[in-house]
Amino acid sequence: MPVKKPYDDIPGTTVFDADRSRQGYHLNMFCMSLMKAPNRERFRAGERAYLDEWAMSEDQKQAVLDRDYNRMLSLGGNIYFLAKIFSSDGLSFQHAAATMTGQSQADYAAMMLAGGRSPEGNRYKGEKQGG
Amino acid sequence: MARITAGVATSHVPAIGAAIDLGKTRDPYWQPLFAGYDFVKQWIANEKPDVVFLVYNDHATAFDLNFIPTFAIGCAERFQPADEGWGPRPVPEVIGHPVLAAHIAQSLIESDFDLTIVNRMDVDHGLTVPLSLMFGQPDAWPCRVIPFAVNVVQYPAPSGKRCYALGKALRAAVESFDEDLNVQVWGTGGMSHQLQGPRAGLINKEFDNAFLEKLVNDPDSAAAIPLVEYLREAGSEGVELVMWLIMRGALDARVLERKRFYHVPASNTAVGHLVLENMSAP
Repeated sequence: MPVKKPYDDIPGTTVFDADRSRQGYHLNMFCMSLMKAPNRERFRAGERAYLDEWAMSEDQKQAVLDRDYNRMLSLGGNIYFLAKIFSSDGLSFQHAAATMTGQSQADYAAMMLAGGRSPEGNRYKGEKQGG
Repeated sequence: MARITAGVATSHVPAIGAAIDLGKTRDPYWQPLFAGYDFVKQWIANEKPDVVFLVYNDHATAFDLNFIPTFAIGCAERFQPADEGWGPRPVPEVIGHPVLAAHIAQSLIESDFDLTIVNRMDVDHGLTVPLSLMFGQPDAWPCRVIPFAVNVVQYPAPSGKRCYALGKALRAAVESFDEDLNVQVWGTGGMSHQLQGPRAGLINKEFDNAFLEKLVNDPDSAAAIPLVEYLREAGSEGVELVMWLIMRGALDARVLERKRFYHVPASNTAVGHLVLENMSAP
């Protein structure tokens, strides 16, 4: 019997569970390698060649090259590991969060200052008409 | 005998550490947040804890996906602030208490909590930001620290119920240590926040404030909150709040609330802070 995943009906949220951790192992360990400055330099000098050193899927590599964080999440990436990529790019958590929500960084920052995203309509998939 | 005199809860947002390190605490954005910690700085200067048992989580720093311990106790003599990718924070090294840590490890494992023992690890913002919030910017931290790392990165984190029970076992462990020590337990992380996906930026003031109230005055019901409710109501990273229950479990059923503070936002996160004293403490 499959493990119950009562969190799968939360909209706009990818919960990093044991299945996703297994799927994302090499992607996340690639991210971890960017903690070291010499690796960051090699990555910057040739992203594709550096990615090819890791046993990642082609989809995972392409998502990294595209800096498509939602895609990386769906392929087993964890946000604390993915943070190593945007930190290497010199970008903030708020920048990355904004790109994942489809907002500009300015709009996202304004939303946070105004108290953040309301949970109303954001608890269950399909809760919000057309949302 | 060692005794647990008080508990402190606080968020550990990395941007708070950066604001301290870069001298921005009086900026209009940050000033209201830091004002919420004026009380605890005075309070802790009088309390003078000998040891802080600091419950926090590592953020893909000391632990990658090769090892994912659910509960890890730092038994080393010292812990270095980690380089999280932009150089270590300019804060003092963290001095442990290996004798008390070893005693707690043995006692908790004998009480059926299967801890991972860590004799070498660097500590990231999850541990150093709370120290900066309580102690400011000293040349050396004024007390020993036992780091206690909880996995909240890969689901499932330990349940709130399990964390609360661990806190109770922790209290028994500390109170069976012969040396006369003033020990505080800190629970860190939270409050509501989500850093990933289209729902990033979620903040739930109602949930957070209800949690603060329950944690102080009805901890059994706070401990009963299931993990999925944290994820749904407080955001995928809001599940860090289970760590506060270890702190609460280590205190009396009824506590003296000395401070409650709540502020939105610090970067992407709602910040909460509590100072609780054991009534039974002298």
